[in-house]
Amino acid sequence: MANLALGAAMTATTELAADDGDTTGFFGWLFYSDGFHAPTVEEFFPPAIFGEGTIFEFNRIMLARVIAAAVLILIFWLVARKAKVVPTRGQSVVEMLLDFVRTQIVEQVMDKHNAKRFLPFLTTLFLAILAFNITGVIPFINIAGTSLIGLPIIMALWVYVLYLGVGVKQHGLGGYLKLSLFPPGVPKGIYVLLTPIEFLQVFILRPATLALRLAANMMAGHLLLVLCFAATQYFFFEAAGAMKAMGTVTFAAGFAFTLFEIFVAALQAYVFVMLSAVYINMAIEEEH
Amino acid sequence: MDTTTLAEVSGNVATIGYGLAATGPGIGLGILIGKTIEGMSRQPEVAGQLRATMFIGVAFVEVLALLGLVTGFLFT
Repeated sequence: MANLALGAAMTATTELAADDGDTTGFFGWLFYSDGFHAPTVEEFFPPAIFGEGTIFEFNRIMLARVIAAAVLILIFWLVARKAKVVPTRGQSVVEMLLDFVRTQIVEQVMDKHNAKRFLPFLTTLFLAILAFNITGVIPFINIAGTSLIGLPIIMALWVYVLYLGVGVKQHGLGGYLKLSLFPPGVPKGIYVLLTPIEFLQVFILRPATLALRLAANMMAGHLLLVLCFAATQYFFFEAAGAMKAMGTVTFAAGFAFTLFEIFVAALQAYVFVMLSAVYINMAIEEEH
Repeated sequence: MDTTTLAEVSGNVATIGYGLAATGPGIGLGILIGKTIEGMSRQPEVAGQLRATMFIGVAFVEVLALLGLVTGFLFT
């Protein structure tokens, strides 16, 4: 956030010099403003660090992803290297995370046998999404790796291919299509309405909403934080008179939203994995 | 007859779109979470199951509000 606020400060200062505005009179002094500039979607296209213009363009968001992945691997390597039956403090935290995914997410949705089969995939997904989300509130990184749609699309496609794959493997191609497009237990005439809806659901909406939900949540969260802290900076250093006091309000809001973003980061990882588990379970479960 | 402009609003009317897009999901979330709490207080022993189901439902409702957010950026 520090460098973002600095950037906002610089633009604000130049505009202050360019546009004096109406600063006469008491109200002019009290409510003087040179026009605060809210963050835009440009936030998510930061300048490249290297390889600009090529498909290997490497910017701040890519760096955040690389750091998150490296830290995740490092933590698990350190813990798994000397795993003991009686866990140390660090190991028990990691075990708590793994246990949470198993008991609170996967086994809530699937039966024991299937849970064991898909647990490694779903745990990987959960930890990866959590790591990529949490970079949004880590100081000096301050952007979630999942806030650009690319990474969520890869993850959603992974789930999409997996649930179609296991569905076809379980029921055969015709069986799976029949199960998902013609759900049993409804009158024949309803299929005219139901089948197109189910087709959209299974083949388009499920993966699309999975990716979109994650990316849009992280994007909204980041914009909210930028807005709060840029406004704080603006109120404290640029705005006149009584407006300075508003800075404390926006700072408190920024702090509260930071805590909220930590919650959202965990919640989105939970929701993504929960829905993935539900979709996979829908594909493999028998007719009923 | 000359008119005097006392106040003026400038900007794009599309910016109120997200507010409109959030009302439906807002009502939906209210009903969804309220009903879950009702269920939990009636039967505390299935609270975990209700919570898990609620989060699935919340995810579906929430995506509508987020579509409103995304379209705001797409159609400026």
